[in-house]
Amino acid sequence: MLGLNDIQQRILREVADLHTVPVGAYNIRANGRSVGRQSTENIEIIPKTDVSGLEIRIKPGTRNESVHIPVVLSESGLSEVVYNDFYIGEGADVVIVAGCGIDNCGTHDSRHDGIHRFFVGANAKVKYVEKHYGSGTGSGKRILNPVTEVYLEQGGYAEMEMVQIEGVDDTERTTKAELASGAKLIVRERLMTHGSQRAISAYKVALNGEGSSADVVSRSVAKDDSYQKFDATLYGNSVCRGHSECDSIIMDNGRILAVPALEANCVDAELVHEAAIGKIAGEQITKLMTLGLTEKEAEEQIINGFLR
Amino acid sequence: MLELKNVSFSVDDAGQGKEIIRNIDLKIPDGRLVVVTGPNGGGKSTLARLIAGIETPDEGSIIFNGRDITAESVTERARMGIAFAFQQPVRFKGINVFDLIRIAAGRQLSVSDACEYLSSVGLCARDYIEREVNASLSGGELKRIEIATVLARGAKLSIFDEPEAGIDLWSFRNLIGVFRRMRETTKDSSILIISHQERILQIADEIIVISEGRVKSQGEASKVFPGLVGTASAQKTCPKAEPCGTEV
Repeated sequence: MLGLNDIQQRILREVADLHTVPVGAYNIRANGRSVGRQSTENIEIIPKTDVSGLEIRIKPGTRNESVHIPVVLSESGLSEVVYNDFYIGEGADVVIVAGCGIDNCGTHDSRHDGIHRFFVGANAKVKYVEKHYGSGTGSGKRILNPVTEVYLEQGGYAEMEMVQIEGVDDTERTTKAELASGAKLIVRERLMTHGSQRAISAYKVALNGEGSSADVVSRSVAKDDSYQKFDATLYGNSVCRGHSECDSIIMDNGRILAVPALEANCVDAELVHEAAIGKIAGEQITKLMTLGLTEKEAEEQIINGFLR
Repeated sequence: MLELKNVSFSVDDAGQGKEIIRNIDLKIPDGRLVVVTGPNGGGKSTLARLIAGIETPDEGSIIFNGRDITAESVTERARMGIAFAFQQPVRFKGINVFDLIRIAAGRQLSVSDACEYLSSVGLCARDYIEREVNASLSGGELKRIEIATVLARGAKLSIFDEPEAGIDLWSFRNLIGVFRRMRETTKDSSILIISHQERILQIADEIIVISEGRVKSQGEASKVFPGLVGTASAQKTCPKAEPCGTEV
């Protein structure tokens, strides 16, 4: 497919569930260059001229269409910063599938920093799916530092599913959102770290408009000697509702710091946060063992379910 | 056939060993519905947990179908055909009802197969199959799902630890029906229920009374039950509902 080798195709399946060239608009980036791009009547993908990246323009009213923009890095030592801007026209309803996979079999660090900005028009709806994955046996690190900015206009809706389950050695995720009146943001983050990996995930969500709402939920598992930090602040600047939740399982010598924060700048802001960290409850393992699973199988089942 | 030989179990109580089960000998033959009753704190639940392997006896041995399973793990016992329904069902985050029933069955299951098990405990399968087994379910719903997982196991020995605890009256009546059907459809398997509910004792083939960690009496239900009526070992579900309680 598109001249991609086996490793690149495997990564593409992992991060974007792509087995063939996707239907609709897409741009597939491999080792720093675009290997395939397609615009549609309603979705235009334009390469930027000043910096590396794309401008994706979705016409107002576009419905039931999708954009795939996966990134694959399979050369050791490659480092890139990519700026992608999405303009989602008024009343559109689209799905955007991003995702980045790094295979590093070399000794040099490979790094991709994707800066994604979403400008969601009035009453537009977007579902964004981003999956990060790393593989390879080299000593070079696999580093991903995504920055996501979401600007929701009146009545805009964004649902963001961000998953990083395996193989990324170092990550600093920064997500920023600003919501106008009636806008809604849903975030579902899933993170798993192992070995000596480190993951930091920070959110700053400003509920500026009347009737805006946000629900930010992160579920994470820290295994071995890995470290995670979840740092989410919701700003209630109007009559709004905000909820953030960080639910984590620690195993082995894993460490997690959860810093949920709320700032109410309006007397009618309703903000709630929850944070829980703990090991797998022994009774959960026992229950699954009474159903015939071994302790290890029970543990896997519990984690798979938790990160689903 | 399950056999306990001279089984004892104690826990640490402020540095002192406190005996919970004292030199218990008992047999549970195949094809029988046996109810273990007795006063609270008498060791009934501990006995069930010892059989499932969740607790390990200090002394004695547990023999299941001719094999000494005293040192076997919970998993191994489950694979040999022992199923266990917890008194307080465990909650999970992310694992849904279908997952749990599929794991219990130990094979690929279609949704309609899983629905059969849910329907038999009075749950509308469509509403529950994708629900997470978490705190959003009520105590009664969790309990019925717990029982459905035991049904899905199709085990040689099914143990229910106080199945009526936390269940509403309507569900309780259905529960009696579930046990009856189990009893009829699995003639070569045995069912062991820990309960002091009169209605459950009434459907037993055999009753074992445990008190202060010992078997106080054991025998055919028709002989043991009359002596329990009116004691803490045979309690009514709800005094008001009982006279008109119809069987389902």
